[in-house]
Amino acid sequence: MLRLSKDEAIRFLGKQGILAAFVIFMLVFALAEAKFISADNVLSVIRSSAIIGVMALGVTFVVVSGNLDLSIGSMMSFSTIVVLDLHDKIGPVLAILAMFSLTLLLGALIGFLVGYLRLNSLIVTLGMLSAIHGLTLTYSGGKNMDISDKSSWFSFFGQDSVMGIPVPILIFALLAALLGIILSKTPFGRKIYAVGGNGTAATFSGISRSKTVFFCYLISSFCVATAGLIQASRSLGSQNTVGQGLELEVLAAVILGGASLLGGAGTIAKTVVGVLMLGFIQNGLLLMGLQFYVQFVVTWVIIILAVWLDIAGKRGKLWSPLA
Amino acid sequence: MKSINVKVLLKASPIWIFILFELVFFSVAGSYLSLSDKAFMDVDNMLLLLKQSAPIGIIAMGMAIIMINGNIDLSVGATFAIAAIVLLETMSSPMFEGLGDWVIPIAWGAALLVGTLLGAINGLIAWKTGVDAFIVTLGSMLGFRGLVFMFNGENPTSHLNWTLVDFAEAQFLGLHTATWFLLVVTAAIWYLMNRTVHGRNAYAIGNNREAAVNAGIRVGPHMMINFMLIGFLAALSAVVFYSESGSVNPNDGQLYELWIITAVVLGGTKLTGGSGSILSTLGGVIAIQLLRKGLGHIGADTSTVNLVIGSILILVLFLDRQINIKGREELKV
Repeated sequence: MLRLSKDEAIRFLGKQGILAAFVIFMLVFALAEAKFISADNVLSVIRSSAIIGVMALGVTFVVVSGNLDLSIGSMMSFSTIVVLDLHDKIGPVLAILAMFSLTLLLGALIGFLVGYLRLNSLIVTLGMLSAIHGLTLTYSGGKNMDISDKSSWFSFFGQDSVMGIPVPILIFALLAALLGIILSKTPFGRKIYAVGGNGTAATFSGISRSKTVFFCYLISSFCVATAGLIQASRSLGSQNTVGQGLELEVLAAVILGGASLLGGAGTIAKTVVGVLMLGFIQNGLLLMGLQFYVQFVVTWVIIILAVWLDIAGKRGKLWSPLA
Repeated sequence: MKSINVKVLLKASPIWIFILFELVFFSVAGSYLSLSDKAFMDVDNMLLLLKQSAPIGIIAMGMAIIMINGNIDLSVGATFAIAAIVLLETMSSPMFEGLGDWVIPIAWGAALLVGTLLGAINGLIAWKTGVDAFIVTLGSMLGFRGLVFMFNGENPTSHLNWTLVDFAEAQFLGLHTATWFLLVVTAAIWYLMNRTVHGRNAYAIGNNREAAVNAGIRVGPHMMINFMLIGFLAALSAVVFYSESGSVNPNDGQLYELWIITAVVLGGTKLTGGSGSILSTLGGVIAIQLLRKGLGHIGADTSTVNLVIGSILILVLFLDRQINIKGREELKV
C-alpha cells in the first residue's frame, strides 16, 4: 500500500510533475475529443512544434549555463530572410551555408559579449533583439522575401516526408538526440552544468566559464539557423517579423520542461516534453472549439503552476516562506 | 545658482552628458542632413518630445522601482493595453450614457483599478509561490495579452470624447498635459524612493535580500506594493495616452517592455537591484526619445533606430561594467 505524506507528494510532483501533468492532460483531451490522438493530428502537432522545438533545444543549453537568450526570435527572422533572399541569388546550397555562417556569427557575438565580457545576458540579448531586428529590416529593405522558383528542392526541409514522417520532425528528433547526448553524456555537457550551477566553483576547478558560455550561444544560434531553414523551406516566402515573439514561446517551453532560469538544471528530454506539451495544449484547446487566444491564458497558468510545483518540490513546502 | 545645479545634475549621472551630446550631435548633423528646414532644438520640437516620452516614461518610473527592488516586470505592455481597452469600453458603454462627461472619472478609475489589480496578481503570485518575478511576468505577459484578445477581439476599439481630447491637448505653463503627468509621477516616485521608509527598504531588499529579511523587512508585501504601483502606472500611462488618441489596437504596447527596460538601464539602474536613481531614469527616458526623434530628423528609418538603440544598450552595459570593475579594484587596494 502506497502511503504518501503531503511533503512527499509535493516532492514527487516537483520531480515528475511535468510528466504527470502531461499524461493527465493528454488523457483528458483524448477522452473529450477522439480526433486529438489520431495519428494525423499527432503528426501535425509535432510538425508545427518543430520550429519552436529546435530553438528550444539550443535555448536549453543557454539556460542550463545560467544565462538567457531573448534574441532568438529576431535572429530567426534574420536567418529566414537571408536564406530566402540568397536562394535566388547564389543557389540553395551556398545560400544555406551563408545563412548558417551569418547566424553563427551573430551567436558568436552574443557569446563573446556574455561569455568573455561577462555582460548581463538578459540585457545583451534584449539589445540584440532590437539590433538584429534592425539588421533584418535593413537587409530586406522592409520588403517581404519570396523564392521565385517554388519547385526548388529547397522545400525539402519544410514540406517533404521521409518514410511517412515529415522532415521537420526528423530534424527535430535528430537534433534532440544529438544535443541530448552532448548535454548529458560528454565532458562539455558536464561543464555546462557546472558553470550554470556555480560559476565560481567551476572556475576554481579549472573549467573555462567564458569558453563554455560562448559555445552554448554558438549552439543556440545553430539551432536558430536550423529553425530558420525549416521556416523558410516550409513557406518559401516570409515577412521580416516571422520570428517575433517566438522567444517567449520557446522560453515558456524550456521553463515548462523544468529548466531553472538560475542555471545548472534542465535536460533536453524534459525540454522536448515541454515543447510537445505546449503544442498539444494549443491544439487541444482549438479542437475543443475554444477561442484561439484562450491558449495564451492557459499557457500562463500552466507555466506558473509548473515552476511553482518544481520549486515547491525542492523546498518541500507548497508556499513560499517569504514573510 | 543655476550653473551649480547643472553641475550637480551632470555629476549625478552620465546620462545627462549623453543627452547633451545627443542634442549637439543632432543639431549639427540635422543642419546638414535634415529634410526639414526647422532646427532640431526648436522649442516646440522639444516640448513635443517631452510629451511623446510620457507614455514610456510614466511606466519607466514604475520599472525603476521594480528593478531597484531586484525584480523585473515583462507584462507592462499587456497591462497597458488592457487598461486602454477598459478605459475606452467604459466610456462607450451604454450604462453610463446619461452621465455626460461624468463618465470620465469613472472610466479613469476603472482603468487604473484594473491596472493595479493586474499588478497585484503578479505581485501576489511572486510573493506567495516564490516563483521568480521574471517567470511570473513572462507568463502574465502572454496571459494578459490573451485576456486583451478574448475581451476585445481582434478589432480596434475607438471612442473619442472631445472634453478629454481638449484636456489632453491643453498646455499649462507651456507644457502639455502628458508632460505634466510624467513630471508629477517622477516627483512622486522620487519622493517615495528617497524620503520614505518604503523606498529605503526597496533599496535594501534589492541590495541584499537575505540581509533585508534578517533585518526584519517584510520582503513579500514590499514586492507586492511595487508590482501594484507599476500596474497602476502602466494604466495611468494608458489613460494619459488614449484620452487623446481615442483608439486602441489589441496589439498596442507590444515591445514596450523593451523600450522601458532600455530606458531604465540607460539611466544606470542595475538589473541585480539595490541601486538606481529616479532622476537618471527620467534622463534615460528622454535620451531614448531624443535618439528616436533625432535619428528620424536626420533621415534614418526605423531599422537604423532599432540597430542603434540595441547597440547603445549593450555599449552602456559594457562601459558601466568597466567603470564598476575599476571602482571595485580600487576598493580592494
